[in-house]
Amino acid sequence: MTNNQPIVAKKTKNKRDFGIRSFLLLCASVSILTTVGIVFELLFETINFFREVSLFDFLTDTEWSPTFQDKHFGILTLLSGSFLITLGASLVALPFGLATAIYLSEYAPDRVRRTIKPILEILAGVPTIVYGFFALTFVTPIIRAIFPTAGVFNALSASIVVGIMILPMVASLSEDAMVAVPRSLRDGAYALGATKMEVATKVVVPAGLSGIIASFVLALSRAIGETMIVTIAAGATPKLTLNPLESVQTMTAYIVQVSLGDIQHGTIEYRTLFAVGMTLFLLTLLINIIAQWITRRYREEY
Amino acid sequence: MSSGRLQLRKTMDKLSKAVFFLATSFGIIALAILLYNIISQGIGWLDWQFLTSFPSRFPEKAGVKPALIGSLWVIGFTAPVAFVVGLGTALYLEEYAQKGRFSRLIQININNLAGVPSIVFGILGLGLFVKNLGLGRSILSAALTMALLILPIIVVASQEALRSVPQHLRNASYALGATKWQTIWRVVLPAAFPSILTGVILAVSRAIGETAPLVVVGAVGFMSFVPNSPFDLFTVLPIQIFHWTARPQEEFRYIAAAAIMVLLAVLFTLNALAVYLRNKYQKRF
Repeated sequence: MTNNQPIVAKKTKNKRDFGIRSFLLLCASVSILTTVGIVFELLFETINFFREVSLFDFLTDTEWSPTFQDKHFGILTLLSGSFLITLGASLVALPFGLATAIYLSEYAPDRVRRTIKPILEILAGVPTIVYGFFALTFVTPIIRAIFPTAGVFNALSASIVVGIMILPMVASLSEDAMVAVPRSLRDGAYALGATKMEVATKVVVPAGLSGIIASFVLALSRAIGETMIVTIAAGATPKLTLNPLESVQTMTAYIVQVSLGDIQHGTIEYRTLFAVGMTLFLLTLLINIIAQWITRRYREEY
Repeated sequence: MSSGRLQLRKTMDKLSKAVFFLATSFGIIALAILLYNIISQGIGWLDWQFLTSFPSRFPEKAGVKPALIGSLWVIGFTAPVAFVVGLGTALYLEEYAQKGRFSRLIQININNLAGVPSIVFGILGLGLFVKNLGLGRSILSAALTMALLILPIIVVASQEALRSVPQHLRNASYALGATKWQTIWRVVLPAAFPSILTGVILAVSRAIGETAPLVVVGAVGFMSFVPNSPFDLFTVLPIQIFHWTARPQEEFRYIAAAAIMVLLAVLFTLNALAVYLRNKYQKRF
């Protein structure tokens, strides 16, 4: 009997291990189910949407007015709003983010780096609603003082602040890419008599380029998906324009605008929510896949 | 090489250092201005009355009580759900899964979920929890939506923590006759726990600051009562801030700024806690 004891004990343990393994597998499937859920929810109402609106109109109409009597469903107007904001944000975030990364990885003494990095982490942790408040109460008045034609809601203010929001992401991911460049490459350049600037711009940045570009692409995706800043500061005027002083509406801001009303299940307004959400989802998914592809495809192995 | 050219290169080098440093200070200056802008507007309105009052049409009587309590309710459900599922996923991927197609699929999927805009999670929450599962515009719908949103962050942080536990600790445990789960429960998890906790705290602070998904799920802009069940309507701090910011009257901006100070105080406390844990328990094996 005593001889059998450990074997029995082991069997129950194995049974327990199997139960635990199954539970953990269940946990891991939640993320898959989330993706399936997103695609299913979006697809279902989007199909309903396209029963009433033709895909051709959706892609070519130059007006977006689902709540008016004369309904138009031209996604281009919302897309152009999102692109205008993203373009403006990248003009702020990419140069400043890359320069910050170069400074941190190549120039900054250790003590300075250890002070600046946590500050950038704080900047990255500020909620977007706070950035929205900042855009409306600080940046917009300055812009209107410089350009009197600018509206209370304008794309420029939102772009600048979205740029500030994604700057820490560009800086931190680009810095990772540059820190991964091996010491020996830098030493080789120094041995040839290069200055620090030449090492940074002609050796380190080209060597880390894939990671840097991936950080840019990810930041753009974040800018397209950003919601509260553009809702508060860019306004709710869907139109095709390249003038940053005008009010525009992005895909995300439209979703918020509709959500704020009491939307009835099964109406066309309810369905536009899903059609716009689907467009946004597919666009950011595409961009994220490109970013991952760049990192994998062009990863330099040292 | 002529010395004139060398001089030029050295000057360029000095100049570039200054340019890169100035560019770096842009982010820091922006943060400083942002904080100053908020504190200077909000400080006069932040007092005990503000923390314990309901929202009001009159700015001087308004407060954040339902929003504060609503945030607590939502996080109270979000944190445990996201923690259990997130850590479970990480344990499965790091300790159990064969490195095959299925675990690769889960991994790619988690990376992709991390890049999905938060407002799309709001649409998922609206469709799945509010409508399909019939939970309505409730605290529970909001909490589950938030849990799915921060899940990828917790999974990735937990995976890194588990990976940093060296293999020889596991082998030592197996050599003593421990089963896989005993090894994980008594050796791996205690060693990895501080880093896991740090990741969870950072993810939770992300959830506390999120606004967009909850607007879609159906947060209320004006609450005149305090929720007392998970099926009640809800509002949270960021939503309250959003509604005050959107008001045209200037006074509401000041109380929005005061509410932002409350929100930032909560977030900075959590972040400080995360940094403290990281430094205190950071182990080198």
